[in-house]
Amino acid sequence: MTELDADHANQGLRQWLLSEQPASRRQARSGQAYRAWLAFRANRLGMLGLGIVLALVLVAIFAGFIAPYDPLLGGDLRTERLLPPSWDHLMGTDDLARDIFSRVVHGSRVTLLVVGLVAIIATPVGLLVGTTAGYFGGWVDTVLMRVTDIFLAFPRLILALAFVAALGPGIENAIIAIAITSWPPYARLARAETLTIRNAEHIDAIRLQGASSGRIIWGHVVPLCLSSVIIRVTLDMAGIILTAAGLGFLGLGAQPPQPEWGAMIAAGRKFLIDYWWVATMPGLAIFIVSLGFNFLGDGLRDVLDPKAQK
Amino acid sequence: MTDITIQSEGRASALPGWIIKFGKLASTVAVTLFGLLLVTFLIGRVVPVDPVLSVVGDRASPSTYDRVYLELGLDRPLYEQFYLYAKKAVTGDFGESLLTKKPIISDIARAFPATLELATVGIIIGTLLGIPAGVWAAVRQGRLIDQLVRIFGLVGYSAPIFWLGLMGLLLFYAKWGLVAGPGRIDISYEYAFTSKTGLMLLDTAMQGQWAAFRNVVSHIALPGALLGYLSMAYIARMTRSFMLNELAQEYIVTARVKGVAEWRIIWVHALRNAAVPLVTVIALSYAHLLEGSVLTETVFAWPGLGQYLTNSLQNADMNAVLGSTLLIGMVFVGLNILSDLLYTLLDPRVRSRL
Repeated sequence: MTELDADHANQGLRQWLLSEQPASRRQARSGQAYRAWLAFRANRLGMLGLGIVLALVLVAIFAGFIAPYDPLLGGDLRTERLLPPSWDHLMGTDDLARDIFSRVVHGSRVTLLVVGLVAIIATPVGLLVGTTAGYFGGWVDTVLMRVTDIFLAFPRLILALAFVAALGPGIENAIIAIAITSWPPYARLARAETLTIRNAEHIDAIRLQGASSGRIIWGHVVPLCLSSVIIRVTLDMAGIILTAAGLGFLGLGAQPPQPEWGAMIAAGRKFLIDYWWVATMPGLAIFIVSLGFNFLGDGLRDVLDPKAQK
Repeated sequence: MTDITIQSEGRASALPGWIIKFGKLASTVAVTLFGLLLVTFLIGRVVPVDPVLSVVGDRASPSTYDRVYLELGLDRPLYEQFYLYAKKAVTGDFGESLLTKKPIISDIARAFPATLELATVGIIIGTLLGIPAGVWAAVRQGRLIDQLVRIFGLVGYSAPIFWLGLMGLLLFYAKWGLVAGPGRIDISYEYAFTSKTGLMLLDTAMQGQWAAFRNVVSHIALPGALLGYLSMAYIARMTRSFMLNELAQEYIVTARVKGVAEWRIIWVHALRNAAVPLVTVIALSYAHLLEGSVLTETVFAWPGLGQYLTNSLQNADMNAVLGSTLLIGMVFVGLNILSDLLYTLLDPRVRSRL
């Protein structure tokens, strides 16, 4: 009986969401989101990617419960160094007798931290530069876009390397360097969106009401650019992870004993031939996570890009 | 990178189009190069390492310290320092490397051919595999082969290249012995030929040193294939989307109605039209291989620009870092502009608008 009720309620919700005549703004918005979700759900690779990313978040949150050993403290150096994968140590142990599985699990926190902070720093910067350039046009546009071009003129990893070299190695500086090299494409995108928005009638109406430029940009232009920029950021996340891992591999990112995946590969390189698992396991983690972000981004693009729907 | 903002239509101009286009291009190049100089200069200034101490060492007397401080021009205002830096950089003078004690420009000149050779092998492999894969995926859109090409490409985007390199060394070199290990050439062959172009494949082949040539090939095979895979993923994806675009055009229908063979429609009619934007894509991925080569060279002990850059980084040799960063930036800009120009030259529709 209760099951039937629940089923009935679900049907009602579904109908409310898919209604052709939404009664409120909230209903229209939820309906749009639900339709996008239905389209996304049909994309198998996209769902796989979403699953991987959700798993990463869960692993990062519950790292303390999942990891069977301490990620920083090793076991007995005489008997537990460089053990091959087994039921006791799923991914083996490294040269300091630490359990690699536990380190990989805790490393997910470092990865999420990097991705999250870079997104939080670079997205607003790109949005602000792009919308300002697009809204004002003229010499403001020229100056801001030239600056953007200059940052785009360096390959990303190379520029990040130079910044980290200047700021000194460490996870915070690596995050700053990656953020500095990440914002230009977002600025480009936000500018292109702004150019189509700025002559819209509702913007004229706000201007006639006496709103300041700052208010128009933050309150009315930025929200309209937000969705396409966020999709772009999602698409970039795999790249951010790989850049962070590359910096870590070169010894410029997170410093030991922090369990950062790139640095763990660098540490395992010395024993590559005799103890393959030390370098292989953290690399697999990077690979799976960035594959997940790529699948997710690819699926999102298929659903949300009207050009691809044809 | 060099897109030109659309000017208001109808503004009559006395100058021919190509002069305006050239002028815009030149100003873009000038501004970008100025920016490259400025960014590297500023990075060099925020370094916490004292540039004087890195020259004189930390046991120098105060008088030596002051002399070098003045010699480096650190007492002058920032804009004057920048002017001096730019003036030197334009003539190719980036100072001396702390590590090798040689002018940085000569270090770079020696390392660059190794990177060039590696990236070229990579782009050749990537193009030869990527274009057919992309065409095939476009023709069979939505079918199994399309999915396979897509997944293969996404895997290429997702795997850290330094890790793939290590795995490759583990399997193909250590386990199966199919390729040679790290380095460019075995020491026993190193003096079998004289270095003329700096490109070992070319040098050994021209001098008929086939044993050495085979050795060079077995060294470059793995890193070259890796970079090739990296660019193939991108090239295949772009080829697919350009081909889908062309195959939907009406001239394809016309060709079909006329009874042209299917292979001819795909490989001659459609691919030739898709080839123009593809040139841009290939030039861009060539530029990106420069970036990929930094990590690849570290793994394969490849004596190129990437390894020089990372070695300098690890030894806090800031001048060398900035010099190579600047050079890579310039090559990057150059390839971008080249791809723009090629696009204009190859596409009659764009050309006629000039």
